Amino acid sequence: MNAPNDVRGAMLAAVPNLRAFAVSLCGDVDRANDLVQETLLRAWSHLDSFEPGTNMSAWLFTILRNHFRTEYRKRRREVEDADGGYAERLTSPEAQTGHIEFGELRKALLRLPPDQREALILIGASGFSYEEAARICDCAVGTIKSRVNRARAKLAEILTIEGAEGLERRPDLGVNLLTSRVV
Amino acid sequence: MPQVERPEESQEGQLGQEKGQLSHEIQRKIGQQLRAMYTDVVNEGVPDRFAELLSRLDKQDKK
Repeated sequence: MNAPNDVRGAMLAAVPNLRAFAVSLCGDVDRANDLVQETLLRAWSHLDSFEPGTNMSAWLFTILRNHFRTEYRKRRREVEDADGGYAERLTSPEAQTGHIEFGELRKALLRLPPDQREALILIGASGFSYEEAARICDCAVGTIKSRVNRARAKLAEILTIEGAEGLERRPDLGVNLLTSRVV
Repeated sequence: MPQVERPEESQEGQLGQEKGQLSHEIQRKIGQQLRAMYTDVVNEGVPDRFAELLSRLDKQDKK
C-alpha cells in the first residue's frame, strides 16, 4: 500500500509523544525506542485498519500499549519474575539514561501494576480524556478512573514513605521528590 | 489533581482537614513531576532513526 504523505507526517508527528509514553511505561530509554520502532512497523503494515479522519496518535498509542502488554506478559513468564525484581533491573544505573532528577518517580512508577501505570500516564501526562484512554486500554471509562485513583494513591504512598526514609538516612541532604524543585 | 471531597471527611475535624490538604499537595507535586518527566522526553523531538525508518518504508512501498 502506498501511504499518503499526510499519514507519514502524522506518524512522525506522533513520535515524540509515543516515546514519552513508552519511556514512562517501561522506564528504559533503549527499550522504549524499540517499542516505538515496533509500533511504527506494525502501524505501517496495518495502515488499512486505520480509519482516516480519526486520531492517528490514539491509534498508535493503542498499538504501542498492546505491544508493551504482550511483551510484558512474555517477559514475566520467561523470567518468572515476581514484583520488583524486573523493575529493579530496569532501574539499575546502566538502564537509566540521563534525567537523574526523575529517577525516584520512575522507580515508583515501575512498582505500579501495568494497568494502573498506563492509565495514570495517559490521563496525567499524555493528556488524553478518560474516554480516549478507555478506548486505548480497551476497558470502561469507570475502570480507567478507578485505576488512575489507585495509581495516584499508591504513588503518593511509595514516594512519601521512601522520601521520609531517605531523609532519615541522609539528614544532611534533606531532599526528596516532594521537597525538591518542581519544573 | 482535583479530587472530590466526601462530606464525611470534613467532619473529621482539623486533623482530617490537614491530612486532606497534605495529600492534595502531594498529589499536585506528583502530577507536576509526572508531566515534567514526560515533557522532557517529548522535547527530545524525533530521533533520526524514526524519520529514517518511515522514509525507508515509504520508499519500499513506492517501488
